[in-house]
Amino acid sequence: MQALYAQLLVGLINGSFYALLSLGLAVIFGMLNIINFAHGALYMMGAFCAYFLLNIAGIGYWPALIIAPIAVGIFGMILERTMLQWLAGLDHLYGLLLTFGLALIIQGIFQNYFGSSGLPYAIPSELQGGMNLGFMFLPIYRGWVVVFSLVVCLATWFLIEKTRLGANLRAATENPTLVRAFGINVPRMITLTYGLGVGLAALAGVLSAPINQVRPLMGADLIIVVFAVVVIGGMGSIMGSIITGFALGVIEGLTKYFYPEASNTVVFVLMVLVLLLKPAGLTGRAA
Amino acid sequence: MAEATAKPAGAEILSVSDLQAWYGESHILHGVNFNVKAGEVVTLLGRNGAGKTTTLKSVMGIIGKRTGSIRFNGQDITRASSDRIARLGIAFCPEERGIFASLDVRENLLLPPIVRSGGLSLDQIFDLFPNLKERLNSQGTKLSGGEQQMLAIARILRTGARFLMLDEPTEGLAPVIIQQIGHTIARLKSEGFTILLVEQNFRFASTVADRYYIVEHGKVIDGFANSELSANMDKLHTYLGV
Repeated sequence: MQALYAQLLVGLINGSFYALLSLGLAVIFGMLNIINFAHGALYMMGAFCAYFLLNIAGIGYWPALIIAPIAVGIFGMILERTMLQWLAGLDHLYGLLLTFGLALIIQGIFQNYFGSSGLPYAIPSELQGGMNLGFMFLPIYRGWVVVFSLVVCLATWFLIEKTRLGANLRAATENPTLVRAFGINVPRMITLTYGLGVGLAALAGVLSAPINQVRPLMGADLIIVVFAVVVIGGMGSIMGSIITGFALGVIEGLTKYFYPEASNTVVFVLMVLVLLLKPAGLTGRAA
Repeated sequence: MAEATAKPAGAEILSVSDLQAWYGESHILHGVNFNVKAGEVVTLLGRNGAGKTTTLKSVMGIIGKRTGSIRFNGQDITRASSDRIARLGIAFCPEERGIFASLDVRENLLLPPIVRSGGLSLDQIFDLFPNLKERLNSQGTKLSGGEQQMLAIARILRTGARFLMLDEPTEGLAPVIIQQIGHTIARLKSEGFTILLVEQNFRFASTVADRYYIVEHGKVIDGFANSELSANMDKLHTYLGV
């Protein structure tokens, strides 16, 4: 029984990262119509940003949780202004190729300087240790990651679905030309949206640094699963990507307990099933 | 309001000369000339595909390639971006109405930002369109066609823009709703709004317009005042093919 709970927790943590990353992808896809293959590399940059802050400037985990998403978000906005914006109106394939190429370049540069092995990043002292919940032992940092990710995901959902700013964003997703003709600076909104999606990825990177170490290819491994999550959840649905992210993490965890051999493939098997039965994804709008 | 009253009646608000416009490779407008004076309701008439909608969209800055000259309150806006044009005080109500499905009625209504003071308050808008008040929490596209048209007009009245461009506001609507929209346009005119209207429904246009321009093959080929309407009826029938 202990092992089952442990795997459930691992599943929830992976689910947190899936949710944060697929949420960012959904936000970006909705507004820019770009499948952001650079997402994994930007997630990795978030973790490295936290690592640099600590080891070069002596800035710890808590400030890094804010600084890294902003810094990497600004980097993303520069990418959008200088490159991605020119892809507006073109086939998805161009965005995919450009962002995939960017991911390879970014990961290549980090690999060149840091190799492929992991760099350690310590759990902040406030979150060290664990709690005995009676039925299982809960490392505090892992509990924090799950709760904090959930809060960030729900806050993002609230921002997009329930606020004036979010209404502008949803409207611009539907009909950018008309929204612009009302006097709203849509190009600036697109840049900020990309920054938001990238910031969420970087935040996930910081959260993961103490658990998974900091590695140049940490995002490349994860992003393939995240894209399967996005396909299952359906591109462009905010709540859908959050729920699917957490749910698939848990399903993966359960598979690790009941049938470990399938734990690496279960997400992809589900993806195939969803594609066969409901090609737009579980919550997605038909393209 | 101050903006409008400060303008002497009859001053030219919009002047368009030799406007040419392209959709991708196809050349749609071949030199459009017309003007709109403060406080007027001016109607562009013409057959389907003549270039009326393209003319409005060019003024709004949402047609990719355009040449010639468009001046609004003396300012050259030929090459301006559409968000800047909107902030100068031009508001556009598109033919397809442009109600957002992912927004509820309230969000649709509040979407266009205030560009200057003097716009209608929500109370004044609900006074004009009582139906909207009861449907505030409905999804935008769940409204009837008439209600959607009212919402599309209502949301640009809040912004403070005093120059409205309405593209076929009566299309596909029941006579009683068309009448209501006619009353609305008359009331807006009496409150000092300037309106550029595109219409196929000539009978409707004649109840609200001060002047007409006839658009054909991407050009303005004729124009006359409402008072000269009866003298021009024969010509009009030929132009519109009715």
